[in-house]
Amino acid sequence: MSYDAAIIGAGHNGLVAACYLARAGLKVVVVEKNDWIGGAAVSRELHPGFTYSNCSYVCSLFRPEIMRDLELPKYGLQVLPYEGGAVFTRDGGYLAIFRDHDANRREFARYSPRDAEAYDRYSRDIMRHCRFIRPLLMRTPPDPATFRPRDLAELAWLGRKVGEMSESQICDMIRFWTMSISDFLDEYFESPVIKAYLAVSAIIGTALGPMSPGSAYVLLHHYMGDVDGNVGAWGFARGGMGAITQALTASLRASGGEVRTGKGVDTVLVSNGRAVGLRLDDGEEIAAKRVLSNMDVKRTFLKHVDRDELPPAFTRRVERFKTRGSSGKLNIALDSAPHFPALPEGSPMLKGDLHFTDSVERMERAYDDWKAGRFSRDPFQDTMMPTMIDPTMAPPGKHFMSCFIQYAPPKIDGRDWTDADRDAFGQTVIDQIAEYSPGFKDRVLHAEIRTPRELEAEVGLTEGNIFQGELTFDQLLFNRPVPGYAQYKTPIRDLWLCGSSAHPGGGVMGAPGRNAAAEILRDTRAPTEMREAYAVV
Amino acid sequence: MQSFDAIVIGGGTNGMACAARLTKGGKRVLVLDAADRPGGAAVGGDGASGASQMPLAHLLMMLDPRVHAGMDLDQYGFSYAATDLATTALSATGDHLVLEGPAGASLSGSLSDADRAAWATLRKRLLIYAEALVPFRALTPPRIARKAGNDMLGLAKIGLGLRRLGRDEFREFLRLFLINVADVLEDDLTDDRLKGVLAFDAVLGSWLGPRSPNSLLVYLNRLAGEAAGTRAALALPKGGMGTVADAMARSAAASGVTLQSGARVERILIEDDRATGVVLTSGETYRAPTIVSAAGPKQTLLDLVGALHLDTGFVRRTRNIRSRGGAAKLHLALTARPDFRGANPATRLVIAPDINMVETAFNATKYGEVPERPVMEIVIPTAHEAAGASDPHLLSAIVQFAPHDPRDGLDKARKQMLANTLNVLEDHAPGIGGLISESELLMPQDIEARYGMAGGNWHHGELSVEQMLFLRPFADAAQYSTPIAGLWLASAGSHPGGGISGAAGWNAAERILSGVAA
Repeated sequence: MSYDAAIIGAGHNGLVAACYLARAGLKVVVVEKNDWIGGAAVSRELHPGFTYSNCSYVCSLFRPEIMRDLELPKYGLQVLPYEGGAVFTRDGGYLAIFRDHDANRREFARYSPRDAEAYDRYSRDIMRHCRFIRPLLMRTPPDPATFRPRDLAELAWLGRKVGEMSESQICDMIRFWTMSISDFLDEYFESPVIKAYLAVSAIIGTALGPMSPGSAYVLLHHYMGDVDGNVGAWGFARGGMGAITQALTASLRASGGEVRTGKGVDTVLVSNGRAVGLRLDDGEEIAAKRVLSNMDVKRTFLKHVDRDELPPAFTRRVERFKTRGSSGKLNIALDSAPHFPALPEGSPMLKGDLHFTDSVERMERAYDDWKAGRFSRDPFQDTMMPTMIDPTMAPPGKHFMSCFIQYAPPKIDGRDWTDADRDAFGQTVIDQIAEYSPGFKDRVLHAEIRTPRELEAEVGLTEGNIFQGELTFDQLLFNRPVPGYAQYKTPIRDLWLCGSSAHPGGGVMGAPGRNAAAEILRDTRAPTEMREAYAVV
Repeated sequence: MQSFDAIVIGGGTNGMACAARLTKGGKRVLVLDAADRPGGAAVGGDGASGASQMPLAHLLMMLDPRVHAGMDLDQYGFSYAATDLATTALSATGDHLVLEGPAGASLSGSLSDADRAAWATLRKRLLIYAEALVPFRALTPPRIARKAGNDMLGLAKIGLGLRRLGRDEFREFLRLFLINVADVLEDDLTDDRLKGVLAFDAVLGSWLGPRSPNSLLVYLNRLAGEAAGTRAALALPKGGMGTVADAMARSAAASGVTLQSGARVERILIEDDRATGVVLTSGETYRAPTIVSAAGPKQTLLDLVGALHLDTGFVRRTRNIRSRGGAAKLHLALTARPDFRGANPATRLVIAPDINMVETAFNATKYGEVPERPVMEIVIPTAHEAAGASDPHLLSAIVQFAPHDPRDGLDKARKQMLANTLNVLEDHAPGIGGLISESELLMPQDIEARYGMAGGNWHHGELSVEQMLFLRPFADAAQYSTPIAGLWLASAGSHPGGGISGAAGWNAAERILSGVAA
């Protein structure tokens, strides 16, 4: 049996691409090495009665255009916005975070009236940068090194868009893209805890510290999402992050697509320079007119494509694509809701992100540890309890806690992680929480500890990089993943990339999958319904 | 009283270059310099002995050829003691690596053939990119706005030059544009000494570690400099760096510039939003329709002009100029020539054994701390020129990184910095501690106090991507003009930055003479 498209990997991007292709009438199959669907957007029961979002854990970046195109709400996806959260300070206090700008502003004033004032200006400026960059997410990056009409037209479109801004706005934007978040925040704020809170989005998942130039752009990357049109807001998918990939799967099946789990790919079959199908680990061959890889670019080309089929210059570039993992994860089953004495009784802040890092310096020092090849003894963590909003994820009265840890190096002192390293890493995180929540350790029923090693082994992310490639300028836009191959095409005809290694990069966004599908459909001239990016109002 | 067309504040390299160019353009120019001897960073402190007389800058590598030729410096006593200076990447075991020729054209020492070949390829590529950036240095930064009166022809030429690299090289250029230098070195090279010295050079004088994104561009900027007519080369003037300043002063005087030393400007006179003159700390007033400040932009706008005369947005941008100095300067007088385990003392000696040591030294600085193992560039001026038998041997070193705002106070930090620096030196030149007859260590704050550089940053503002070209010192002041009519900026804080170059001053003068209104 032959397919129009075979897609490697049932992560969210693979499924998004599959859905669009299936809707355009292509015969599509998705093969997944794991026995479950979802890649890094999964809900798994790893302790009886508890549902873990054991990789990605919050939802905001997923493009609403895709949700509507693929009718995901109809297939069961519901995103629940959550209230802000809190940053605990070392002196026993806290900074509360609210979704509402004015509430946030009032809270900032508690620390610094000047910062409260600056927050208006800051939000306005960030929103302007967002407004510029967001439409780019849903477009194929132009290649500035060619004179093809399409690339020239796209560059002209970009030029016009830049031209809509004033000179000083353009200059501000260039500065913003190249600055460190720490320097950027220093231009607005004075209070360390406020800066610590605002810097978070600039370091999540990235191999940069808050003082690294270029980190301000990463902040934008996390800010571009929205929940119900509320830009920058975050929410939980009801039932955990797996709900997204489950809804995608249902949508795919409804349009006639197939998903086959427990099927690892051995090789992309190439004949006369064209991809013609897949050979699976079990020897089965699947013939397909085209192959899409949702794996990262390194895994795709260095492990599953015959090296002889690739131009050596391309392979060299792929080898040098930076995928250093920087994050770890703890998933914890709790017997009862933890108590944080710093927060007022019944505080709604427990429904959001909890941070224990109250200065940019502490984050940067954790990054210094990462650079030196060790995990930090004072890590940054973005911790939350989805069960505070969505009780379906744990038995009544019990809670699921997700701790995202920054930083965890891909290797410890140049050697692989051991189980002992992993356990020590987990203990550090739990100890940090317990500092702010007496009795916390007694409530822990089960903890799943995930370092870059586990992320690579289970999800296939090379070196555990959650974005399938670091988000620095040399790996963004027309440079992602490799200059000259940033348009989802590869040197092998009919082999396409549809994962986060491609523009616009990682996060549970769906944009790479959608854009890859758009390119393929443009290629096949199949009629398609695909929304342009919504404007940011 | 004599009347002037223009007053230049500051008699450093840029002030002198600017004054000379204005004079050539027919202006009568007065230069006011606060120090007793003009020359800014090219001259030393006023101490009596050798160590304290050494200047801040100790090598030439950016001197603008327009300034060199236009001021006819060779006629006024300037010559080289050494050109195309080699660099020795020191090893604590004596297994040194010598980089000869501009930017390490050839390497001698134990090194694998693979590394030699890889470096030759990488070096060639970096120099091509640097060459493409050279024309920018002599340009008033373009404005982004349409119909801004840019030199479109000049810009198109530069753009075409980049495009002419060929498609693959152009793509590679775009990829490497904002990358960090460590990744590039680690991708291509294996030898730690080589990677260390290159990483060190890339971040010399900046507030970046080799793992900071954008650091490669800072390195390219360095490679775009030239000395004695050779791109990316290093040179040492005969008689020390002070001779550059002296030659400039003589040349300026000969062409009719009036120079007044010991004249510290207290404020710039502003009348009806127009700069009309300056008032000295001595109370004297000088008037001229054009005032050019070769003092840093922060100092000029916040101290000499004052927020009162500027829009709040403009003041905010001025305050936001980042100007963290990350380098300390060490001067030693020694009773004998130090022995760096056999390294040639007449080369530039670099202690940066690997990338991580450079990065780790930077780590401490981020938190206002003193690094335990600083990295450094050493020049031994007395190894180049015969000195009297009784004269001390001098050693000048730029030591990185040093905190610009030490957490534990300046005195404690200086002491710690000196001790840590001497420890590292001792490892590479055993016994050097016993030779020291006099030492001086300037922390960034000392540099600020002596040379008036905000934060002790050599460039009067960090030379980082977000403060380069039309963003230098910031968008509304990048064409050397200011919102105050008749007031111009000409320091290293303006494009293209410092490094004993004179380019900023020369560019500013060209701009003023072009008749564009300030």
